[in-house]
Amino acid sequence: MENLIALLVAAPLLGAAVLLCGGRRLDAVGQWIGTVLAGASFVIGVVLFADMLGKDAEHRILIQHLWTWIPVESFQADVTFRLDQLSMTFVLLITGVGSLIHLYSVGYMEHDERRRRFFGYLNLFLAAMLLLVLADNYLLLYVGWEGVGLASYLLIGFWQHKPSAATAAKKAFLVNRVGDMGLSIAIMLMFTTFGTFAFGPVFSHVGETGEGKLTAIGLMLLLAACGKSAQVPLQSWLGDAMEGPTPVSALIHAATMVTAGVYLIVRSGAIFNAAPDAQLAVTVVGAVTLLFGAIVGCAKDDIKKALAGSTMSQIGYMVLAAGLGPIGYVFAIMHLVTHGFFKAGLFLGAGSVMHGMNDEVDMRKYGGLRKYMPVTFITFGLGYLAIIGFPGLSGFFSKDKIIEAAFAKGGTEGWILGGAALLGAAITAFYMTRVMLMTFFGEERWRNQPTRSPEAASAEPAAEHHGEHAEPHPHESPKVMTIPMIVLAVGSVFGGAFFSIGDRFLHWLEPITGHSEGNSPLSAATVTGGTMVCLLIGVGIAYAMYGRRPVPSVAPRGSLLTRAARRDLLQDDFNHVVLVRGGEHLTRSLVYVDHTLVDGVVNGTAASVGGLSGRMRKLQNGFARSYAVSMFGGAAILVAATLLMRAV
Amino acid sequence: MSASAVHSLWTTAATAADPISKIPAPKIEYGQLSPTLIVVGAAIVGVLIEAFVPRKSRYYAQVFVSAVALVAAFAAVVALAAGGYGTTKAHIAAMGAIAVDGPSLFLQGTILLSGLVGLFTFAERRLDPETHGNRVDSFAAQAASVPGSDSEKAAVKAGFTTTEVFPLLLFAIAGMLVFPSANDLLTLFVALEVFSLPLYLLCALARRKRLMSQEAAVKYFLLGAFASAFTLFGIALLYGYAGSVSYATIAHVVDGSVTNVDPALANTMGNDALLLVGGAMIVMGLLFKVGAIPFHMWTPDVYQGAPTPVTGFMAAATKVAAFGALLRLLYVVLPGLRWDWRPVMWAVAIVTMLGGAIVAITQTDIKRLLAYSSIAHAGFILAGVIATSKDGVSSVLFYLGAYSFVTIGAFAVVTLVRDAGGEATHLSKWAGLGRRSPLVAAVFAVFLLAFAGIPLTSGFAGKFAVFKAAAEGGAAPLVVVGVISSAVAAFFYIRVIVLMFFSEPRPDGPTVAVPSPLTMAAIGLGVAVTLVLGVAPQYFLDLAAQAGVFVR
Repeated sequence: MENLIALLVAAPLLGAAVLLCGGRRLDAVGQWIGTVLAGASFVIGVVLFADMLGKDAEHRILIQHLWTWIPVESFQADVTFRLDQLSMTFVLLITGVGSLIHLYSVGYMEHDERRRRFFGYLNLFLAAMLLLVLADNYLLLYVGWEGVGLASYLLIGFWQHKPSAATAAKKAFLVNRVGDMGLSIAIMLMFTTFGTFAFGPVFSHVGETGEGKLTAIGLMLLLAACGKSAQVPLQSWLGDAMEGPTPVSALIHAATMVTAGVYLIVRSGAIFNAAPDAQLAVTVVGAVTLLFGAIVGCAKDDIKKALAGSTMSQIGYMVLAAGLGPIGYVFAIMHLVTHGFFKAGLFLGAGSVMHGMNDEVDMRKYGGLRKYMPVTFITFGLGYLAIIGFPGLSGFFSKDKIIEAAFAKGGTEGWILGGAALLGAAITAFYMTRVMLMTFFGEERWRNQPTRSPEAASAEPAAEHHGEHAEPHPHESPKVMTIPMIVLAVGSVFGGAFFSIGDRFLHWLEPITGHSEGNSPLSAATVTGGTMVCLLIGVGIAYAMYGRRPVPSVAPRGSLLTRAARRDLLQDDFNHVVLVRGGEHLTRSLVYVDHTLVDGVVNGTAASVGGLSGRMRKLQNGFARSYAVSMFGGAAILVAATLLMRAV
Repeated sequence: MSASAVHSLWTTAATAADPISKIPAPKIEYGQLSPTLIVVGAAIVGVLIEAFVPRKSRYYAQVFVSAVALVAAFAAVVALAAGGYGTTKAHIAAMGAIAVDGPSLFLQGTILLSGLVGLFTFAERRLDPETHGNRVDSFAAQAASVPGSDSEKAAVKAGFTTTEVFPLLLFAIAGMLVFPSANDLLTLFVALEVFSLPLYLLCALARRKRLMSQEAAVKYFLLGAFASAFTLFGIALLYGYAGSVSYATIAHVVDGSVTNVDPALANTMGNDALLLVGGAMIVMGLLFKVGAIPFHMWTPDVYQGAPTPVTGFMAAATKVAAFGALLRLLYVVLPGLRWDWRPVMWAVAIVTMLGGAIVAITQTDIKRLLAYSSIAHAGFILAGVIATSKDGVSSVLFYLGAYSFVTIGAFAVVTLVRDAGGEATHLSKWAGLGRRSPLVAAVFAVFLLAFAGIPLTSGFAGKFAVFKAAAEGGAAPLVVVGVISSAVAAFFYIRVIVLMFFSEPRPDGPTVAVPSPLTMAAIGLGVAVTLVLGVAPQYFLDLAAQAGVFVR
């Protein structure tokens, strides 16, 4: 069975190679090649999953050693895959949701000339992500990690003719580099500490290592996770990444990329368990990010950016849970999976709305769309209910568990983290209700106005098909797009219940991540009740603001907080002032030192050598008599020096 | 000849009743001396060819004889080395006059190969346009005619060529073969003169710029004679010190294992002043030949004035022979004096490395540039000589082998770049050469990079070996100076590359002549050896290491 593992990665990798190297003759069928290979990977995943279910919990880890990658004395790196319950979960999520997004893209990208390349990149994305979760050592994981970074760069900047897309891609890449640096330093630290970076030996040696080193490794891993998972302070790329085609956003937010950070922390649980300070840092980052993302999500009028803020916030929940240690690992992953369903559904729904609205993204120009696109409305609505944690839907189960676990951390920390998580739930309910109301209910604000500025309209080539400046004619999307949305909606509705009833998911993952019940100061029922209250408050406020009153089609000025949130809570301004300006000043002063001091010394030396050369050259005057004198002098010195040496 | 042999000639002749029976018949190992004997024989055949073969056929006859002789001599060297004469069977032949050992055979092989490649460039006749329907080479039509005179014009019109250069080349090679293997001071001196005199003549034989060529030859001759006088004086002093000219005997007297004083030399024997002064003067003569500062002044003038094929051959082979002799002198004769000569040689090496590199910076003529470069390289090789270890010997052997091919190749390229006045040696004319003749410029760039010691060229491997030996021999400061001078030297090598590839070509720039297969072979061999020794030097380093032991 373990021989199949490599095929999981190989199938999408083959797709990427064929599509990117195949040339124009594959243009017509490229999208289907990509989709079929992604699907094939999913089928292999399901086969492996079925096999795994048939075994005892202790025998579920499969190892496939392919070849020795770097054999240099003590520096040994193997290409070895490890399929256990944790990676299995990710494999199914990545290939399952990934395949659905492929299918959806067939419809969404129908009119794009560079479709073949797009599907090649999508396959590359899947392959890299699968490599990341299947690697049996950190170095191989790093290869997948970088591959994900590359693929996200290519996809975010897919519409490279738009300067904003090119900039967004570059921004995502650069911010991710900061995180990647963290991972590479963590790997180096591991090598110097443990002499290896394979999962098994590293985790088994943790007990013999000082806490200081483990904390350092943990913090570096956290930095890496912040980059990929868009956590504060490396969150700034996520909103701009919406410049990519909508399926890409779905893929990045639901199945790949941002989940990598959570995976890394949970996978390295053994290290974090032994480094409480690093764990605390993880929870702080998670709590801050979940509020940060939620607040940003409240102020955005761009439907995709509102959803992006939501992703940031939801990943914050997962990171928070992962930072809680064994109490939270299982729930972090569970929320990750359910989030994968409903967030993918929401993004695909948003894409479907844009598809029917001439690629308009401003929610203030939507309204009342439920009549025109019922399937989208229903699937999006189910995703909405799931994400706010409506009782019985998947988000309810997974988020509730995280809030409970946060309180269970105990002490003041527990109260603060739990409070933040509760507050986040209220804000989530608010901004998601706002999105729902502005898009599908209320007046039809898109009537009697040309949509989108011409500049923005030229961005998505689909717009050309519909005609650019005409009044939009909202319509339902084709089947190839709605079917994935329906499937994901089903997952959003039933996923949580399926996992939670009888603690199925807990038993499934426990052998890998471990689990412990904390000492919660509040009973489970109290927490659930509190969550419900928060939910109602959030929905109520949103309804009061956007359901009862008409939505202005031009955004009002808003309060100071709203304005700050519209600017992503000034994240870019902060980066600009602190990093860009600071960097510029540093470079300028270094250039100054280089020009004056370094160049001065170098050029001065060169000039003096040149001058010396010119003077010495004059000794060569062409007269044989001078030469003979020089020889005679030389001989005299030679003889004298030899005699002198003896005398000394 | 051993000390007793020399001595007995004088004493027994006066006292013995039957002197004839007392003189032993010399025992000559002809087989072991065959490389030298073949070349000398061919040179004499060359002289006979000049006398008896019709003028039209001389060129072909000479080239044929010379090539066959050099190949045969090289084969003899290889056969001797394969027969173990370089290692286990190494011994002193010809009544103590010639050492047949590893360094001898290695250097003789190198000299013969350089000689063969040099011969190719000597025999090149396609670079100059034909004059009066005759192909011409780099040498004067008639050496005896006054430049610009009617007789010269007549000689040119008649299509004369100086085919005497081939026997002269062979004589020079023969002298060079003996020079590093000479095992007594008289043989050393004879070999020195045998290879120097033909070179003086060859320098004067340029077809174009004859006055410059003759001036160079006169300078070379005067200064060479001056240096030879020092050498000879040094030999006399050493004889006075040791009572013998044999290397082995002198070495024994130096280290004190021979104490019986010859009554005729009672006043001088064992006088250290004679030893120190004499040793220094002989070393000075050899330093003159290798072109070390302050005995280098002839180098740029002679390199520039001599016909370029001669310059290339001379720069390569003379250096090989002279360093071989210097090594043997310092390692076999004067090892007991190591603590006296090492500091002095340190100083010479440092001055030579730095001086050569620094003065080269401001040169504007490519041949002078290469001359100063050769001075700097003499300094680098000296660093290896000073190591006084087996590694020092083998690294110097390797360096010499690598360097000689680069040098001949580089000068062969210089012969190709021509304008109306012959070779265009002014650097400004080389601007943009890479645009017009990318292949020639690329090849020259390879040679320059090898001179600069850039990795993947033989220059790097050689320099690394020499500096490593020097550092291990306790001469770390020397290595530091060597690296600094290499950095300075890299400037002017790279500058030529920049000039060739990144400057605009001049409208009146030179053209690149299409050479015959002879020069192409010389250049191609140079590039091949440069790259092979750079990429895979280990086999040759091992070979040099095997050859690194002197017989005593």
